[in-house]
Amino acid sequence: IMMETSWSCCTNLGPSGSSLLVTSDMSKLFQKPNFAQLCQQKKKELQGPRRSARIHAYYGLKSPPYKLDALEPYMSQRTLEMHWGKHHRSYVENLNKQLEKNDMLYGYTMDELIKVTYNNGNPLPEFNNAAQVWNHDFFWESMQPGGGNMPIFGLLQQIEKDFGSFTNFREKFIEASLTLFGSGWVWLVLRRNEKRLAILKTSNAINPLISADIPIISLDMWEHAYYLDYKNDKGKYANVFMDHLVSWNAATVRMARAQAFVNLGEPKIPVA
Amino acid sequence: MSRETLEYHWGKHHRTYVENLNHQIVGTELDQMTLEDLILASYNRGNILPPFNNAAQIWNHEFFWESMKPGGGGKPSGYLLELIKRDFGNFEALVKELKSAASSQFGSGWAWLVYKANRLDVGNAVNPRLQEEDKKLVVVKSPNAVNPLVWDYSPLLTIDVWEHAYYIDFQNRRADYITIFMEKLVSWEVVSLRLELAKARASEREREEERRKREEEDGYSAGSEAVEMYLESETDESEPEAE
Repeated sequence: IMMETSWSCCTNLGPSGSSLLVTSDMSKLFQKPNFAQLCQQKKKELQGPRRSARIHAYYGLKSPPYKLDALEPYMSQRTLEMHWGKHHRSYVENLNKQLEKNDMLYGYTMDELIKVTYNNGNPLPEFNNAAQVWNHDFFWESMQPGGGNMPIFGLLQQIEKDFGSFTNFREKFIEASLTLFGSGWVWLVLRRNEKRLAILKTSNAINPLISADIPIISLDMWEHAYYLDYKNDKGKYANVFMDHLVSWNAATVRMARAQAFVNLGEPKIPVA
Repeated sequence: MSRETLEYHWGKHHRTYVENLNHQIVGTELDQMTLEDLILASYNRGNILPPFNNAAQIWNHEFFWESMKPGGGGKPSGYLLELIKRDFGNFEALVKELKSAASSQFGSGWAWLVYKANRLDVGNAVNPRLQEEDKKLVVVKSPNAVNPLVWDYSPLLTIDVWEHAYYIDFQNRRADYITIFMEKLVSWEVVSLRLELAKARASEREREEERRKREEEDGYSAGSEAVEMYLESETDESEPEAE
């Protein structure tokens, strides 16, 4: 029964990112203030100079697929409130403010926006905000209440094939999170070129989309992600993530989708 | 800045950097170097070697603690204030620039007020403000562990904007943290003192450079004949080889 409910949570194959909203699509928890804000914004625009109707598409703040206290005691509600409610929200708002001024960047999906603003290594100012919005969406969906344990079926076989054993993978992942200096993320990705799973560390807002690798799970190693709960104990945070938070269901779904793009060759390991 | 913050920031973070660096350099030749030399050596033109992060962070944090004092804040005075007025217009403009640099440093890093007195290229790194006038105060920001020593600047003041510096007291409100730092914590006496030292160092460097240049000129005029002779003999040898 646990399996079924968590499957239904993860039916969106990978984070769809942008919701081009003209109506409010904000979270249910913080609905009232945001709806009012959005209405005011619309009113101002409509009352503006009389010209042809301009539709402004903005990105919306997507809420995690669980309540903010659902990850207790491993990730406290307070952390979720700050991390999602303040940090993630401000990335979205700042991105929208930047997009207001720049017509050229309208109409992109989030994935496309990230690649365009990355600009092959010379990022535009919108990159940090756009990438961080996407990163956090991906991160929330990489976790679930009652997560952790081990992956099953094909994903486990693939991990064992590429890392030797699940234990080895877990060790390498935690090592990556401890050795990442500064702010950044740790990812399990499917490498397109090498056609195998690998662990990737990225700095600040960088994510595997720009290197055309397919992310499977991620761990936020910015200090704001763990400081309230674990202070400077990165090891404990990473271990708790592996043991109790990571959503292998989401990972399996993403893996299934990834295999449509990457032919992993022999032996034919079905994902699920 | 709460006691809890200091207990973690100094007692855990800063201490860990020290312990890790000691593990890394014990028994190697790096053990003999001063901290600043170690920082410059391991920066390696941007292609940093493993001890850099720890060494630089130790230096940065020491510098940071000394940049603050209880009952700090207020305004600078004396020569420092003069330079501020000359290079930024007025004190408020400096505060604004510092705040902006600290807020816009994405990810982890530091914001600095430095004394720039290095017109020439530094062998170790590209000078980020090459075109500007020499001997002035500038505000710079740096990511992660990098500090202005690698650009051959003389740091005068720093503010730590790694999240661990303000998360306990201010959570995500970095702007408030910076404001409080400027209003209540910064020690302008220390900054003035560092400015005096920086100026003295810069003057000494200038004198040494002039001395070196004079020596070079003397040496050059004596050796130029020798150079010409060498060239002539070289061309004589190369002709038969070309055939």
